[in-house]
Amino acid sequence: MIAYIGQGFVLAGLLCAAAGSVAGFGAGAMRSATGWAWARGLALGFSACMVLANLTMVYALLIHDFSVRYVAQVGSLVSPAYITIVSLWSSLEGSILFWGFILGIYVAAATLLNGDKNPSTMPWATGVWLAVGTFFCFLLAGPANAFLPAPSPVPLDGPGPNPLLQNHVLMIIHPPMLYLGYVGMTIPFGIAAGALFAGRLEASQIAPLRRWLLVAWGFLTVGITLGGWWAYEVLGWGGYWAWDPVENASLLPWLTATAALHAAMLPQRRAALKGWTVTLVLASFLLTLLGTFMTRSGVFNSVHSFSQSDIGPTILAFLSICLVFSVALLALRIDKLEGEGAVTTVVSRETAFLLNNLLFVALTFTVLIGTTFPLIAEAIRDVKLSVGEPYFNRMAVPIGVSILFLMGVGPALPWGQASTERLRTQLVPPLVVGALVVGVGLGAGLRDFWPLATLGCGGFSVWVTVREMVAPVRAQVAANRAGGLGSAFGAAVASNHRRIGGYVVHLGIITMIISIAMSSAYSVDAELRLAKGECAAFEEYQLCYEQARTEQEAHRSLQIADIRLTRGDSSSIVSPALVTYPSMGTPIGAPDVRTTPGYDLYVSLMSVTPEGVGLHVYQKPLIVWIWIGAGLAALGTLFSLTPLRWLQGGRAVSAEAAVAASK
Amino acid sequence: MKRNKLWAIGALFVSGSALAYIAVGDLGENLVYYWSPTEMVAAKQKAVGATIRLGGLVEPGSLVPTGHTLNFRVTDGTTTVPVTTQEVPPQMFREGIGVVVEGTVDGAGQFTSKRMMVKHDNEYRAPTDGSTPSNAAMFGTMDEG
Repeated sequence: MIAYIGQGFVLAGLLCAAAGSVAGFGAGAMRSATGWAWARGLALGFSACMVLANLTMVYALLIHDFSVRYVAQVGSLVSPAYITIVSLWSSLEGSILFWGFILGIYVAAATLLNGDKNPSTMPWATGVWLAVGTFFCFLLAGPANAFLPAPSPVPLDGPGPNPLLQNHVLMIIHPPMLYLGYVGMTIPFGIAAGALFAGRLEASQIAPLRRWLLVAWGFLTVGITLGGWWAYEVLGWGGYWAWDPVENASLLPWLTATAALHAAMLPQRRAALKGWTVTLVLASFLLTLLGTFMTRSGVFNSVHSFSQSDIGPTILAFLSICLVFSVALLALRIDKLEGEGAVTTVVSRETAFLLNNLLFVALTFTVLIGTTFPLIAEAIRDVKLSVGEPYFNRMAVPIGVSILFLMGVGPALPWGQASTERLRTQLVPPLVVGALVVGVGLGAGLRDFWPLATLGCGGFSVWVTVREMVAPVRAQVAANRAGGLGSAFGAAVASNHRRIGGYVVHLGIITMIISIAMSSAYSVDAELRLAKGECAAFEEYQLCYEQARTEQEAHRSLQIADIRLTRGDSSSIVSPALVTYPSMGTPIGAPDVRTTPGYDLYVSLMSVTPEGVGLHVYQKPLIVWIWIGAGLAALGTLFSLTPLRWLQGGRAVSAEAAVAASK
Repeated sequence: MKRNKLWAIGALFVSGSALAYIAVGDLGENLVYYWSPTEMVAAKQKAVGATIRLGGLVEPGSLVPTGHTLNFRVTDGTTTVPVTTQEVPPQMFREGIGVVVEGTVDGAGQFTSKRMMVKHDNEYRAPTDGSTPSNAAMFGTMDEG
């Protein structure tokens, strides 16, 4: 019964999306207000159907209705309720259904927030969003149908979701964040395609384009970092990023979206580079589809891939259609967007943005080549291979450090031509700071080029960023002596809150880059084999194997080794474990990580035998700052996106009015 | 304006090809081959020095621990390769189990493993006795396994 209700919502969603898409395109082509109103209504209908279909599935999961095949696949009577809800996206069909849910939310939000503004481009955009919605509903109705009835007889219990999903709370948050990032790219994609169809991209559309891009970017940033954090805390191999194809798949749209976010400032400021900005937005969406294909088709064997499935060809076909559509649209219409402004100055913030974009695109290409090469090699020469981490590191490190340097140069330069005098006052102090930081690094005994370069560029960029954040406050204090620091701060935030949010994001990213560089370069590790009662030294620590014990939980069993950790006078017990799930043959390591601001001590259990334990111990500097940096980036994103009147506590001043007032 | 555009396109083209040249060169040096023992032996000299993920079964009766060194043979039923490692073996490591070892092979055909993992199969089900793990199931992402 429930299966039929869910099926009904999916089919209704398919109808709404398909009809709405046609209405949107028609309204765009014929400039029909009625058509567009229909498209908007159908968009909301599509969203409602997606939400209801998901609620139906959650209900089926919660009441353990094993007559629905998906519930029989991932449900289990012993799983706690929150695991049961999470199993909505723990397997292929459910994850596509959840995908539809998020797309529904995004489409509804974008439709309602825009209302009937921008009538030349937004009908096209609505048409594009719903075309994407049509495709996902088609997947749900056909190849990835979550509401198929279970084969009879109806099973009495199910195996529960993939054990890896149950292992850590981060695994509950990581997939939805990533989906929010991936699916979110649909909205800017629609707006950009709409601008191409209409042949114009006005300031009133660049603002929502950037905002939606920023929403997706923020979620993607959080999602990627949480994935790394999860791998680090759960998988026990001591790392957080392995240039795994599926990890790369999430990084690729992040790189192009970052470039697009910066590029979009140029049409806002200079009416230049509209075509380029739009291209980057289209590319970001296409790369999320490529990522979906990689994750969902089983072409890569990875911790991320679900079971082999037959939706791969369907997604690949959709990706090809979108690629052809995007290239054709760009080829036919890009000329319409250009010719209004240009970047004419060499030493300026514009140039820094252009360089930033080139570096991001270069990085995207190198990662894309390294990620897809194994697929191409297998298709053409029938060899199975992968591209090793050194390739990615050798390409990513120089480009990453250059980007880090530009993060300082861009904000230091003015829009338009910079005078030599201005350059000197803006750039010399931070360069001195960067050099001082390198000096401190040298003094601390660091001798390797890239970590020192990272430190220097990081110091330089932090100085510029903080100075640019403080500058508006100082300007307000100077302009308005009577008001005091508090009101000057308020006024500075009011006129610059998006920019300040952006700088907070920059500080977060700089923190991440520095800690990634340090933790990669100065990590030490050792393998220890300890018999019972035996001790071994690792760095400043003494590790003694005290005892092994087993714990039995409802859905898993743990083999735990208690290791006494002594450093100087203080001592404590670390308890890394091996976790075995009945449905999974190989045990998963559950490392014990001791986090301090300076470094993490990471103890991973490799084996427990009657003779003793095998441990892999790592000391990794500054790891915790990677997660803190990502949190800072998320906060900055949130601050940028918050409407100004919320920040001002209800005073009804729109951001535009405040910006106008400050000019 | 037109001339500027031409210059910009030219510069892009030159830097793009330089990047592609470096990338493809680096790519060739950093390939990791996923081979079965038969495929690895068939590759002959090409295999020597390359990074290889060798997948197969730990041949029953071949496991010889000496101090901290493990010697064993990896087989795919037709070909066997001797493997040596200093690593702490993973918990499930034993004779007869599916294994992926990453490392290099020398001219004499001796494989030295720097990383190894056991792998049942991709679907997380215990293998039925006597079945040979398929290649596809053997090669997961080692780093995260």
